[in-house]
Amino acid sequence: MPKVKVPRKSTSVDMTAMTDVAFLLLTFFMLATQFKPEEPVTINAPSSIAEVLLPDKDMMTITISNDSRVFFELQGQQYKEQLIQKVGALHQLTFNADEVKAFSLVASFGVPLDQLKTFLAVKSADRSKFNQTGIPADSLHNELADWVWQSRLINNNVRVAIKGDQDATFPIVKRVIATLQEKKVNRFNFITNLSTETVEK
Amino acid sequence: MAEIEGGGGGHHKKGGKPKGKKMSTRVDFTPMVDLGFLLITFFMLTTSMNKAKTMEINMPVKEDIKDPQPIKASQAITLLLAENDKIVYYFINEKSGEPETPVITTFSKTGIRETLLKRNHELLVKANADNYDSIPILKEMYRSNQIPEAEMKSRISGIKANKHALIVVIKADDKAKYKNLVDILDEMLICNIGRYAIVDITPIEKDLIKMAMGVK
Repeated sequence: MPKVKVPRKSTSVDMTAMTDVAFLLLTFFMLATQFKPEEPVTINAPSSIAEVLLPDKDMMTITISNDSRVFFELQGQQYKEQLIQKVGALHQLTFNADEVKAFSLVASFGVPLDQLKTFLAVKSADRSKFNQTGIPADSLHNELADWVWQSRLINNNVRVAIKGDQDATFPIVKRVIATLQEKKVNRFNFITNLSTETVEK
Repeated sequence: MAEIEGGGGGHHKKGGKPKGKKMSTRVDFTPMVDLGFLLITFFMLTTSMNKAKTMEINMPVKEDIKDPQPIKASQAITLLLAENDKIVYYFINEKSGEPETPVITTFSKTGIRETLLKRNHELLVKANADNYDSIPILKEMYRSNQIPEAEMKSRISGIKANKHALIVVIKADDKAKYKNLVDILDEMLICNIGRYAIVDITPIEKDLIKMAMGVK
């Protein structure tokens, strides 16, 4: 029987087209996205059908984690520099230039004021390992109220957003809302993910 | 494409100068593809594509509510957010002024949403003021550019502010989750309920939840 000869073909594939695709996608991602700010806790936000977009600037974000810790963030480096000095002055604490600088670069933080100096002394790369206990927000010792109030004094246009984990319990949410109301913030936003459910009505 | 074919042209004369050995100019692009996809992966992981959405909440000013406007008890529904994603709701009886038997329901489409829509519809039909049907029409008109956004919004909020519509009182138990609160506010949006309030729960209502859960 004669053998069937299979013609040998080269197995090397032309990679040029694939390179084109890869770099096209790369360019798209570079242009279309912005860097995710570093977060001390991962928050699994609840979903809703609300379609209002969150504003980019002048935001004050209060994060509530699922283990009832409260974190705070004010946007804008120049505002943060003022904020730490003002809040420090309220509690008889002074911060040196390095600490102010370090604070202005921190995104979201959740430490009580008496631990803030230790927290800022840690190098930014190691900060994720720092055990942040959350900002005290109970009625006896409410530091969150100071942060909120001073932020509003520094930046008049600031808007408040609450970013809660969907498993955060209600009492801590209630405390945060009550704190905001004490400081006369009666309009605020809940940050949510867009729900996949479509509703017509 | 990117390869450059070496030689060619067909100028091979006999007895020409001796030429050097021809090297292939093909370049292996595989490492470049690797690099490209590595960078793509990096950008995909470090960036946030979709912007966060938000729902706006207005709370009443805490002090100086000097003359709270009385509302008709029959117009209100009280939702108690309990543990395990359950809702206990009750109406106030119009005649006796006493709370009716509490009912347990869920956050599903057939649960609380049906109750809210049905009750709201009943109230509006009774008052002969049911124009909620026009909300989807207005939205559709906006989508097809028949009316500007501002007009749609003002007309919809006009409908929502109907004096006879359902008023929802939201009270959350300590065991409720933040998700429940957002979900119920979401239902307010879905059911087009313009008048609702988040109120602190009373001890009586906590007992009510326990009772309702126990009965079940």
